[in-house]
Amino acid sequence: MATKKNIPVVEWDYAPSLEGTSHIQLKKQYDLFIDGKWVKPSSGKYFQTINPANEEVLSEVAYGNENDVDLAVKAARKAYAEVWSVMPAAERAKYIYRIARLMQERARELAVIETLDAGKTIRESRDIDVPLACNHFFYYAGWADKLEYAFPNRKVESIGVAGQIIPWNFPLLMAAWKIAPALAAGNTVVLKPAETTPLTALKLAEIIEASGLPAGVVNIVTGFGDTGAAIVNHTDVDKIAFTGSTNVGKIIQKAVAGKGKKLTLELGGKSANIIFDDAPIDQAVEGIINGIFFNQGHVCCAGSRLFVQENVADKVIAKLKDRLNSLYLGNPLDKNTDIGAINSKEQLETINKYIKIGKQEGAEMYQPTCSIPKKGFYCPPTLFTNVAQSNVIAQEEIFGPVLTIQTFRTVDEVIQKANNTPFGLAAGVWTDKGSRIFNLTTKLRAGVIWANTYNKFDPTSPFGGYKESGFGREGGLHGLSSYVKLV
Amino acid sequence: MKKNQDKKNRFQLEYLNSPAVDKVGVEERVARFQTRSIKDASKMQGLKMALNMIDLTTLEGKDTPGKVKQMCYKAQHLHDVLPGLPTVAAVCVYPSMVKIAKKEVAGSGVNVASVSTAFPSGQAPLEVKITDTKFAVDEGADEIDMVISRGKFLSGEYNYVFDEIAMIKEACGKARLKVILETGELATLDNVRKVSDLAIYAGADFIKTSTGKIQPAATMQVTYTMLMAIKDYYDKTGIMIGMKPAGGISTSKLALHNLVMVKEVLGSAWLTNEWFRFGASSLANDVLMQIMKAETGVYQSSDYFSID
Repeated sequence: MATKKNIPVVEWDYAPSLEGTSHIQLKKQYDLFIDGKWVKPSSGKYFQTINPANEEVLSEVAYGNENDVDLAVKAARKAYAEVWSVMPAAERAKYIYRIARLMQERARELAVIETLDAGKTIRESRDIDVPLACNHFFYYAGWADKLEYAFPNRKVESIGVAGQIIPWNFPLLMAAWKIAPALAAGNTVVLKPAETTPLTALKLAEIIEASGLPAGVVNIVTGFGDTGAAIVNHTDVDKIAFTGSTNVGKIIQKAVAGKGKKLTLELGGKSANIIFDDAPIDQAVEGIINGIFFNQGHVCCAGSRLFVQENVADKVIAKLKDRLNSLYLGNPLDKNTDIGAINSKEQLETINKYIKIGKQEGAEMYQPTCSIPKKGFYCPPTLFTNVAQSNVIAQEEIFGPVLTIQTFRTVDEVIQKANNTPFGLAAGVWTDKGSRIFNLTTKLRAGVIWANTYNKFDPTSPFGGYKESGFGREGGLHGLSSYVKLV
Repeated sequence: MKKNQDKKNRFQLEYLNSPAVDKVGVEERVARFQTRSIKDASKMQGLKMALNMIDLTTLEGKDTPGKVKQMCYKAQHLHDVLPGLPTVAAVCVYPSMVKIAKKEVAGSGVNVASVSTAFPSGQAPLEVKITDTKFAVDEGADEIDMVISRGKFLSGEYNYVFDEIAMIKEACGKARLKVILETGELATLDNVRKVSDLAIYAGADFIKTSTGKIQPAATMQVTYTMLMAIKDYYDKTGIMIGMKPAGGISTSKLALHNLVMVKEVLGSAWLTNEWFRFGASSLANDVLMQIMKAETGVYQSSDYFSID
């Protein structure tokens, strides 16, 4: 039998491969996009948006207030009443298709800006965020003139002005999720991007401008929480769609109670990823990695609670640790990078707070040895073993690259534990047994359940949560139904 | 034989536990190896590494001493226009050609590998296979590439397949044994994984995908599945097993993707021809063409590269 001889090990490293930035155009300062025009904020205030990978300022963005939101809502109302709701549906579809095509044409620019502004790897923004965002526009464009077939035997009417507030984890994709179905159903939009990642939404505004979409149909108002609050509280907004934290979601629900506004909330999660002993172990390990470290764990449906059947736990954990060491952490613009930057300093502090709590709780932490860039916000992929349901780190959403690992013995036990959370957004099940998959999918209280894969998205597939993960669905026909009145 | 019996017992415990393999997941993982950036110095290092890992092969009914001699010369003089190139790892021939090949490559560091066990079908009695192997070893083969009995495996006779490999290993003496799974006939990645485990426990020094006579041959999915078997065995025992994808790898790009996969799955220790080989006949010239492109800045016509 061959044993290890003394053969010198030659290291072979990949060539650094930074995606170019010469093709992108970023203005020094961005105004608000209201009524088809770029408008200065009434307060005259602007805020900086930085690249979290190196803390350099990318641009200055207008800080919209109540007056600006009022202007935007008025523009949206006028466009709704006079143009968009009375336009033949097939004409509406043409505009939405045109936006989708323009996005595709500028896909490389959008991907690079997304990576610069959000810290996510170029591999993900290029291969996942931007193509999916385009596909959402294409998909909903197709429904625009077929609404009566989408909801057979019902008369379909649009709602009016939709106020939409989106998070910083998938800036362009979330804008697409919200804008595309709203437009297809005949509504007009006031959208507020997150304060740390406004740039791709503003680029989308440029694309919308270039598409010739009638003025006021889509308005983009950048700003902070108070800007969002102004949209929520505006009396002439007919529907609020919010994606973000559970805390803010609760505030919004209180604010719109009794006002007759339609509401959909897509909030936090603490999703269970469940590995049975008969699972394809090596692919499950990849699925665990993709489940929690995709987009640095800034994913509402991240598989942040891992449940491993106890008889394979040692094996799975050993393989996970091993695999973590082959992940490349670093400059998100490098095509080789697997793990990019944390979105903001505040988020990095939150993650570090939870890592500290985990250690104090006595959970065992593992991080691979990897060099962290000096500038910018980075957190190495982190595992916690020896975790129980009672640990804070297993209960609260961390929204970072931190995985808690628990073991289980029986199917019933893991169903109970997986459901034992205030959240219910997603879950993953890994087993070779088809019957077990169906058993679990009927019993897990989660909006999305993946079998032998994780974090797969498609415009045709509805996405949304149970319990404190929110209500309403986005994507597919379900997503369309949030933007129509059925009479 | 006692030692073999122990291993067999261990294997039977293990193969009952050979993990399931999910094809979709494997395809996703394999796609990631193909997006790593290999260029400039990194590409040159990778290309030279690949050259040095090639088992230059001729396995035809019409092989003659003349053909084998010419190939052996090429193995040692890949492209003399460019000094400093490595040789290939080995030449791979039928047992009847071993003696000739051995003489031709003597002193060059190039090994002689010989297929045996009624290659490529393996449809011969065990005694014949042992004789075939012993003949090749006696003629001077440094390495033996055997085929498993796929028919026996597919009919569930795992013990037969195990014993056969163990006996051929014994017949090899000092020669290193590569076990060809012929994955194109095994149909599923689950089977590929199971036979990889079986071959490793039965005494393989290397596991090899294919004979080159059946398609599909060395797909990255299959190679990945076999690398995972090698990794699991190494993690358990500390013993390294070699890997040889063969058949279908004819471009530099695919070869580099394979090397990325080996690096990321098994680590840099496997990036030498002691532990990794390409079974290929046309890969060498494509690699040479890429090296010349890097050196001179222009692609040269294939007429500038010898075809032995």
